[in-house]
Amino acid sequence: MAKGNNKLAIIATQGTLDWAYPPFILATAAGAMGWDVGIFFTFYGLPLLKKDLSASISPASNPAMPMRMPFGPAAFQKINWPIPNIISSNIPGFESMATSLMKQTFKNKGVASVEELREMAIDLDVRLIACQMTMDVFGFAKEEFIDEVEIAGAAAFLEFASDANISLFV
Amino acid sequence: MAEITVTKTLDCTGMLCPMPVVKTAKAMKELSIGDILEMISTDPGSMPDMNAWANQTKHELVEALDEGGKFRFKIKKTH
Repeated sequence: MAKGNNKLAIIATQGTLDWAYPPFILATAAGAMGWDVGIFFTFYGLPLLKKDLSASISPASNPAMPMRMPFGPAAFQKINWPIPNIISSNIPGFESMATSLMKQTFKNKGVASVEELREMAIDLDVRLIACQMTMDVFGFAKEEFIDEVEIAGAAAFLEFASDANISLFV
Repeated sequence: MAEITVTKTLDCTGMLCPMPVVKTAKAMKELSIGDILEMISTDPGSMPDMNAWANQTKHELVEALDEGGKFRFKIKKTH
């Protein structure tokens, strides 16, 4: 990378399908512009580094999440179905249904999957850094993660981020 | 003005952010200096995004057309 490049440092702390998008979208867009990019995955962001990526969403306690159907006539697809927490948190299979609806909506609209974005990030030399401490706490082994992952602690990430133009906590 | 000779065309129709810029960046890597990449997209955000991308990467955006829901960019590889 050329000297004087812009640099983006992101901390990804959430592993749900909806929250998986912002870090990977920003990282790939920055990588496409030739920036140096690193994402530090900690706490619930760690599962996004797993070989078998299975991010899902939870409409429970996500009151602003629009619930729309990815099929049917346009007017039907525009309807927002308000789902009370008592339903979304108690009905078995509700989360997996909501997850597949969101995945289908993303696909219909032309949004890349999280898996595709992660592959593109790797292709663009985005550094994927796993937090050693939270790996130990939550029992993640390096072998569970894709090969491109680096493992480091807070000090190492802060050193990387120290000369970043943009630092984001997601 | 002389017609711009396109070296390669990249069709990003139907793709949303950040795919058009990511695909453009990838396609540019495979071209030589002076080549022109034509990129076609339907992402409404691609007009500001492609301007920003060209500013950041220092490639030359020689043409950016809004054809009503369809965008056509011509980018010259400068380095």
